[in-house]
Amino acid sequence: MTSHVLADTCVLTGRSLRHILRSPDTIITTAVIPIALMLLFTYVFGGAIDTGDGQSYINYLLPGILLITIASGISYTAYRLFLDLQSGIVDRFQSMPIARSSVLWGHALTSLASNMVSVGIVISVALILGFRTSASPGSWIVIVGVLLLSTLTLTWVAIIAGLAAKTVDGASALSYPLIFLPFISSAFVPIATMPGPIAWFAENQPVTSIVDTIRALFAQQSIGSDIWIALIWLIGILVVAYALAIVLYNRKTTSA
Amino acid sequence: MTTSSESPQRPPAIRVSGIEKAFKDLPVLRGVDLEVEHGSIFALLGSNGAGKTTLVRILSTLLNADAGTATIQGFDVAGDPARVRESISLTGQFAAVDEVLTGRENLVLVARLRHLKNPGQIADVMLARFGLSAAGLRRAGTYSGGMRRRLDVAMSLIGNPPVVFLDEPTTGLDPQSRQDVWQTVRRLADDGTTVLLTTQTLDEAEQLADRIAILHRGRIIQNGTLTELKKLLPPVKVEYVEKQPSLEDVFLALVDETASPDTTLGSTVEATRAGRNSDDQPRTS
Repeated sequence: MTSHVLADTCVLTGRSLRHILRSPDTIITTAVIPIALMLLFTYVFGGAIDTGDGQSYINYLLPGILLITIASGISYTAYRLFLDLQSGIVDRFQSMPIARSSVLWGHALTSLASNMVSVGIVISVALILGFRTSASPGSWIVIVGVLLLSTLTLTWVAIIAGLAAKTVDGASALSYPLIFLPFISSAFVPIATMPGPIAWFAENQPVTSIVDTIRALFAQQSIGSDIWIALIWLIGILVVAYALAIVLYNRKTTSA
Repeated sequence: MTTSSESPQRPPAIRVSGIEKAFKDLPVLRGVDLEVEHGSIFALLGSNGAGKTTLVRILSTLLNADAGTATIQGFDVAGDPARVRESISLTGQFAAVDEVLTGRENLVLVARLRHLKNPGQIADVMLARFGLSAAGLRRAGTYSGGMRRRLDVAMSLIGNPPVVFLDEPTTGLDPQSRQDVWQTVRRLADDGTTVLLTTQTLDEAEQLADRIAILHRGRIIQNGTLTELKKLLPPVKVEYVEKQPSLEDVFLALVDETASPDTTLGSTVEATRAGRNSDDQPRTS
């Protein structure tokens, strides 16, 4: 049975990728809010913000915007998983001789693919708005790697939401707190300008280390210890979220 | 009361003994026992909330029982769920098809997940068998209720599982679609598939089933052939009543252009039933 994990995951990923290809609006709407925020901050607030590092504000802003893109994209994963559970198609899959985790992995891999497309759209718009980077191919690989890991981690958090939700609205509400997390971080303004307790929170929450890592990579500056803190956060949350999701899924599909 | 004519060396296709299940403090199944012979149609009859769906979910490994055992083709549902899943298919109460995919893609999906060769070819065969060839490339979301259910049943039958669970297969269907599903179920049993179906309509059980069990408040209160169950009632009283066609007869006669007036579906069904009831032996084809 475990020998089918890969094959079954491929089949189910193909299924949900088809869903996305047939409603590409989910990719567009994922990119709309981040693009609107980017316009707002670049042209309305940006002039009044002094980041103190001499680079153009959109260069400073983009890493945070990319995380917001991912945070809004993963809510579709929770939504699609919830609908699958609701419609009974998960029951159908579970009553067949397939690898059990492949149902969740299909959604997770689809989330990676669709979020990377949304991130690509946002970066393209940023380039039009004046974003410039001197990142080397090696830096790009690390940037994409950090974004993929962030997506995977948040996707498994979203899978928990999809499994635990009682209503469609509940399943997709997860995004709102995640979208706001970057605002209380170094994503939009330097932390030094914030009052004590908020600065402490901003300094010690995962978004700051992720954003600082990506920003440094885009600017070809040294990334210091930020990347390790970011990786510890992401892998730590991923492991916990994955374990919780599997426990929840097994409970949901055998005892409720 | 149950299967005394069973040959001793072959276990029944489905054996349920002492199954109990409660949701929080609410007992849903309180000790269910039943056996279903190979290749027979077994109807589980009960009103809403009687526990039919819960029992089907336990038998299809989607739910763990609190107590008791159940085996499918000799495999324990709790101890060997992987082997059970290879032996069964489930058609849920609410047609679980993927609405975004086309009918054909739904069938290919199931064939792939059952690890069969030539999934495309299997899908085409199923589309033809269930009269969906013309609609095969349309999204399942655009199908009518009857087409959806046919697709649902077709998806269940891919890979020819020896045991098929149909949870209220005709709920919400128009009379014509209901007849189609009945026809399919009969053909399945004729080919040797064991069918356990749940229903709340009495005539469905009467039309299809070799044995009927009545599930009431979590227990099987009666289990037998139609003839046996009928004997439980007071002796037949002969009355002369003018036989009016039911509205269903009228509807079917008006709608079904293919049937000639003297071979209505009703009389065909009667003939089939008579043939089936004449032997209570398990069919081992």
